[in-house]
Amino acid sequence: MTELHDLENICQQVRRDILRMVHGAKSGHPGGSLGCTEFMVGLYFNLMNHQPQPFDMHGKGQDLFFLSNGHISPLFYSVLARSGYFNVEELKTFRQINSRLQGHPTTHEGLPGVRVASGSLGQGLSVALGAALSKKLNGDPNLVYVLCGDGEIQEGQIWEAAMYAGAKGVDNLIATIDHNGQQIDGSTEHVMPLGDIASKFSAFGWQTHILKNGNQIKDTLRVLGEAKQACGKGRPQLVVMHTEMGMGVDFMMGTHKWHGVAPNDEQLQKALNQIPETLGDY
Amino acid sequence: MPKLQIIDKKDTRSGFGAGLSELGKNKPEVVALCADLTGSLKMDAFASAHPERFFQIGIAEANMMGIAAGLTIGGKIPFTGTFANFSTGRVYDQIRQSIAYSHKNVKICASHAGITLGEDGATHQILEDIGLMKMLPGMTVINTCDYNQTKAATLAIAEHHGPVYLRFGRPVVPNFIPADWKFEIGKALKLRQGKDVSIFATGHLVWEALLAADELEKQGIDAEIINIHTIKPLDKEAVIDSVRVTGCAVTAEEHQINGGLGDSIAQTLCMQLPRPIEMVGINDVFGESGTPEALMQKYGLNSQSIVEAAIRALARK
Repeated sequence: MTELHDLENICQQVRRDILRMVHGAKSGHPGGSLGCTEFMVGLYFNLMNHQPQPFDMHGKGQDLFFLSNGHISPLFYSVLARSGYFNVEELKTFRQINSRLQGHPTTHEGLPGVRVASGSLGQGLSVALGAALSKKLNGDPNLVYVLCGDGEIQEGQIWEAAMYAGAKGVDNLIATIDHNGQQIDGSTEHVMPLGDIASKFSAFGWQTHILKNGNQIKDTLRVLGEAKQACGKGRPQLVVMHTEMGMGVDFMMGTHKWHGVAPNDEQLQKALNQIPETLGDY
Repeated sequence: MPKLQIIDKKDTRSGFGAGLSELGKNKPEVVALCADLTGSLKMDAFASAHPERFFQIGIAEANMMGIAAGLTIGGKIPFTGTFANFSTGRVYDQIRQSIAYSHKNVKICASHAGITLGEDGATHQILEDIGLMKMLPGMTVINTCDYNQTKAATLAIAEHHGPVYLRFGRPVVPNFIPADWKFEIGKALKLRQGKDVSIFATGHLVWEALLAADELEKQGIDAEIINIHTIKPLDKEAVIDSVRVTGCAVTAEEHQINGGLGDSIAQTLCMQLPRPIEMVGINDVFGESGTPEALMQKYGLNSQSIVEAAIRALARK
């Protein structure tokens, strides 16, 4: 388990990676990636029991993580590389031809750490659910984590999976919803109001947790830790995680504009100036 | 080559159920999922013998495909069961991303395929599923012709690593493939040797093709009958070898001509051995309610249509 101060340093470096990758590819999704940094660093460097090498697709005896909102791949790739799944130098190939770091994560190119393709939204919760059932059949007490976007829960399949997990008491599953309130066409309130997400899942039989500030590593660890403790008691766990899209870069926050836009040279410099290097750039 | 005889009459879906039961006993990694059609899919025996390995998903096919993909992580071999319509068109993107592109070892088992679903009508009679599935890279597509073949195919796909679409049907039809014939994925099955015309048939049209061969024989035409149970990967060598001798081809399937077996055979012949080809199948229309027999008659999916197609193909040689 990594100490708090070190986790903050890792988050800072991961944010630099995200910005540099998206800038290098001239495309990608910085907003949600920056917003979920504390969550994913907390998982991979503190909460999860996992073994980066040799990578085992079946992950027996390990906790598993699935990224359902695959477009925040820059964050996923940076965290996988920084936690030892592959060399950080490979981050420079993001979205380039012949790369294992596709625009959206895939198993197709054999990138260690990825267990299913995602990008077309709404599918990851079902896959995580299947992996959780597989763990139960195998007598494997480890947990399955999944991250979905808040806009993503507009997809019907999410609610099919929510119904199943709640009704059948799949209690080795922790789903987190990144509630940044933004999606491509504007705020979720403007596009399709989500209502009370926790109450909806609660009505489907889930135990719910609210993470008021998913951009504070300490709070993130505490709430996810509570969800982890609540596993094994007959109910799936849901964390509604409030985050700020574009967190860490002043001009990327408070707007949906940076959902899927890359910074230009000048914007990158301005952004990086706000986030000093901590572990060394790739 | 001995002439095949009717052993008995059974539905192909029962062959799937019997195969799944056998896998339940002999292959602990096999798990089964169903979306509220356990009886229709003949999955009851597996479900009652192995309740811990059977997942009732409810009417939620998209979730079923995702759960199946997830179950492979940890080494399970999931068999999903629902009607062909809900196994393909309804869940195409889930199959595409979570199963095919992700190389997951899921067996998508689909009953009530084609027009012989019958009285429920066109909403449920999918005639496009082979096309949808064969376009997915890495997907194996199998359409079985009788009870014994369906049972053998069910056992065979459990031993094959990779996503598979296994298509079978609802009605009781002749069972004529000997029970001890091994099912080889991707290997065409020659059921009758002939020299005048090659008839490539799949699914419920295979028995009709054998009947057509008897009729053609009466007219002095010696038809070769080849059962293409695996539409993808297609046994191109068998197709070419046969047509090289006969010089013309007929395809027969309970599916749209667009995107079906006919398309696959035509593509192979066009590129490697252009010869006259005629196709028996559904010609760009939806089905309707009726008994399976009445529908096969009305839509020209029978031995008579195959005979006529063979005569047309021969005339174009």
